[in-house]
Parts: sequence; C-alpha cells; structure tokens
Amino acid sequence: MRPMKRNGVRIDDSFAEAFPMRGTAIVITAPNRRWALQAATTMTGFATSVIGCGAEAGIDCERPKTATPDGRPGVRVLLFSVSTDTLQSQLVNRLGQCVLTSPGSACFADLGGAERLQLGDAIRYFGDGWQISKKFGARHFWRVPVMDGEFLCEATTGLTKKAVGGGNLLIMGRTHKTTLRAAELAVAAMNKVEGAVLPFPGGIVRSGSKVGAKYKTMTASTNDAYCPTLRGAVATQIDEDIGSVLEIVIDGLTEESVAEAMRAGLAAIVKLGPEQGAVRVGAGNYGGKLGPFHFHLKDLLP
Amino acid sequence: MKSLVLTLKHEPYQRLDLSPLVPHLLGAKTVKEIAGIELQTTREKLTAGDIFKIKAGNVESIRIEGSQRLDHIGREMKAGEIIVEGDCGKALGRGMSGGNIVAYGDCGPHAGSAMAGGRLEIAGDCGDFLGAPFEGEMEGMTGGFLIVRGSAGERAGDRLRRGTIVIEGFAGDYPGSRMIAGTLIVLGGGGSLPGYLMRRGTIVLAEAPKLAPTFIDCGAHELAFAGLFANLLRPESRAAARLLSRPLMRFAGDMAALGKGEIFFPGTLGSR
Repeated sequence: MRPMKRNGVRIDDSFAEAFPMRGTAIVITAPNRRWALQAATTMTGFATSVIGCGAEAGIDCERPKTATPDGRPGVRVLLFSVSTDTLQSQLVNRLGQCVLTSPGSACFADLGGAERLQLGDAIRYFGDGWQISKKFGARHFWRVPVMDGEFLCEATTGLTKKAVGGGNLLIMGRTHKTTLRAAELAVAAMNKVEGAVLPFPGGIVRSGSKVGAKYKTMTASTNDAYCPTLRGAVATQIDEDIGSVLEIVIDGLTEESVAEAMRAGLAAIVKLGPEQGAVRVGAGNYGGKLGPFHFHLKDLLP
Repeated sequence: MKSLVLTLKHEPYQRLDLSPLVPHLLGAKTVKEIAGIELQTTREKLTAGDIFKIKAGNVESIRIEGSQRLDHIGREMKAGEIIVEGDCGKALGRGMSGGNIVAYGDCGPHAGSAMAGGRLEIAGDCGDFLGAPFEGEMEGMTGGFLIVRGSAGERAGDRLRRGTIVIEGFAGDYPGSRMIAGTLIVLGGGGSLPGYLMRRGTIVLAEAPKLAPTFIDCGAHELAFAGLFANLLRPESRAAARLLSRPLMRFAGDMAALGKGEIFFPGTLGSR
C-alpha cells in the first residue's frame, strides 16, 4: 500500500474497526468545580477496557453552573459496556461507591430516550427509609440524607444501544518523546469533541493487543506487529524510521461522535508534523469481519 | 387556529356547571350542538347558547368570559387550553390531568381540586382548599403544576399527594394541612400552623411561620435539591426561584403524624 501523506505525515490506507456498545451519560455536580471533577474522576477510574474493568468510561466535558440542573459546577460522564445488564450494574456500583461518597455531590440524567437505566431508583435504599422522592413535571429525583447534607440523584438516566466502542488511532513516531507529544496533542483535540471519551490513562494506551496468545489462558496478548523492539523478529507492521507506537481508543454515544473525535485527533497530529510528532498514523482492525463500524482514515483526513 | 370563544350575554341568574365545556367532550361538535349543552344547576333549564354568545373555533383552545357563578370550569380536562377572562366559581380545573388552564380573575374554593396533571394558573386570588379533595376524598392534588399569582384562602394544598403548588401572595391558615407528599411554596406571608398533620412532603415559606410544637428544628442548609427546584421553577416564578436559592431552615414534622415532612424558610447557615 502506498501511504497518503499530509504535512509530511504518512497516513495508512486503513480503517479502525469498532463495535456496538450500550452507553449512558450523567452529569455530576458539586459545590465547586474541583469536587465535581473529583467525583467524576473517581467514578471513571479503572474503566479502561470492558475486558478487565466491566465498563469503559471517561469525562466528556465540564458544564458551567449556568448549564446544570441545580446551578452548581458539573461534569458530564459517559459510561459504556457490552450489555444493558452489565452497564446497569457498573453504573449503580460506580454511582454508589464513587459519587454518593464524594462530598457535596449530586447526580443527574444527561441522556434522553425511552429506555432507562436506574440511578436514584437503585441508590435510594441507602436512605434506609429517610429517602425523599421529589417529582417535577416528568422528572423524578431522590434525596438521600447523608452526613454532609443530602445526596440528590435523578431516578433514572437514558440508555443508548447505538453507542460505538473501539474507534482508534495508532500513532507512530521516531522516538518515544515525539510519539507521546503527538498523542498528547491528539488527546487534547479529541477531548473537545462532545459525546466521545478516551477511556485509557490520559486517553492513551501503550500496550495495544492482538486477539489470542501462545498461552492457553490468555485471550489477548501484546500486539507484536507494532512492538518496535520486535521489528526484526516478527512479521512487523512498522517501518525503519519508527521507534515507538501509541494508540488512542475512542468510545462514543454515536458513530458520528467517534468519527468526529478521530477527525480532530488526526488533524492535530498532521498539524504537528513528523519532526516534532508522528511520522505515520494507522488504525487497528481485525480485517473488517468482526465489527460493523469501519472508520477509514482517508475519509477523516483534514 | 382561532379559539372557541364564549362571551357572556348577561350575568347568569343561577350557578352554572361548566364541566361539559372541555376540549375532549366538545370534540367534533358544531356550534349549534355546543349551544344546546345544558349547564343549569337548578330546575330551570339553561343551555350554553342561552348564556353565551359562541364564536366558532378550535375546541382545543377555549376562551370563556368569566363570572363568579361559573363552577367546574375545565373539570377533568385532559388536554388543550382554557383561558378564563375574568372570575371563576368553585372547583376550577378539578380533576384535570393535562392541558393548561389560565384564569385571569379570582377563583372560588377548591380551585385545582384533586388535579392529577397539567398546568393551572390563577392570576388573581383563590378561595379556601386550593388543590384539596372534596369532603370524604382521600387525596388532594396528585400531580401537575398549580400557580396562584395572588393570595389563597385557608388549607391550601390540603392532602396534597404529588405535584407542585406555588402561591405568590399570602396563604391563609393551615397551608399544607394533612399533606401526604408533594411541594407547596408560599411567597407572601402564611397563616398559622402550616403543615398541620402533614405526613411527608415539602413546604417552603418566605417568612418564618408560627409553627406547631410538633415540628422539630433540623438547622439551616444549602441543599442541592433547593437549587434544582429554583432552576425548575424559574420559568414560572422568579420569586420562587429566589427564595429557593437562599440558605433555608429545615423543620421536620408533623411529629403528631408520620413526621417525614419538612418546612423550609430562610435562615442563616451555622446559626441556631
């Protein structure tokens, strides 16, 4: 394959293969921005991959106090999983352990739709009979007495079955330093896209995996074709000038939001150029037969 | 589309029952059929055509020239809109479950009685038992939004079960008596003994009330719930939003009943 080039950065004629997921969105508020972010960060911790964490989650965006239901600073959190049941149990566990416990927090639905997941409807029992139900119009809230006052929580939030998980970019640079710089700039650009999150640490994953392994107990193992130290030993996918590879994985509430995030990331990498950043960008797929969503890099170029 | 307009030919000689004149009962009726609807409450027969000059229009929007003798306007209304230009008799919007009623004058007792949904706005004052049940009924208002721009009589929100009532003016004695749940907000002064025998629910008062000793001080708080309701109510009542944005004293009660209700009024954080 002859690579396309943009601003000196080689772009593979490849595509990211993504999968359908169940997704939901909530807004967490607190007396100030710091504690809203803290609750959201705690709730989205240990949520990098459904394989080991049960859910993939991230902070979508911050909301100013003028744009939250209770007039306090807020943070929008997206949570994804493979089935409705897992998503529901992950949501309630994370809500109960990470948001309910966080000082001054409150939690609201941030996704519409007829299909609902329980929030306060499950957490209310913590109130041990002292919980208070409040309805206004079509909206239903629970107030649970806690030691710093009250935990206010909307009864349910929306569920989408049209979420997409596994959009990705493979960022390849000459050195670890330049590759990381390109990945960081891409993450910063992609975080601005609403409706999509990057679930890995700081948005970046350094240990991409392939399906299967030589060991029977391992269902996935290191992606040797992209390991620079194995370039001479395996059927490698990386060129002579590549010394390091980082991946960004994207989960979105819609197919469009994933495409939009990939587009923003690509633009940031291309703008940086090969000297300071990445020399080549690729995307991970399984030949196109496993996942129904294909994001072709050539369609997303700036 | 133009409204169906009912203009009084003269002040009615007897009290009238306007409950047949709601959008879902008028349906596809012609003006002539509407004019034939009987509204009398005595043995003397009176039809809509005898009382009103009727101008044809979409029955989903009805405009009525009001009078204190017009009872049961908008009774069990399901959808659409009724505008009353003037006063109403008793039980305006009783049992309504949807739609919007706006009364520009004053109303008699039992306005919004046992309403279950929709929106009812009274620009003037209203009589006793706002949103309350009739004698022998177990529940008052069970849903929807009820706002009175003027003042309300005694026992506003009696046996309130669900929904929100805002009274921008004064409320008579025993506001929120026997409340089962729901929210009652009074922005003017209130009468004595609010929340008498309330079980659950929330009463918010703009002025420190004369409380029964069966309400217990829980201190002053800034609760996220109050901020949320301030935002939800702002489009309907800016004064209610302002009240809910302040630190509020919480009193729990009525301990003579279940005791899971609460009365809020402005207070100072950290003080007793």
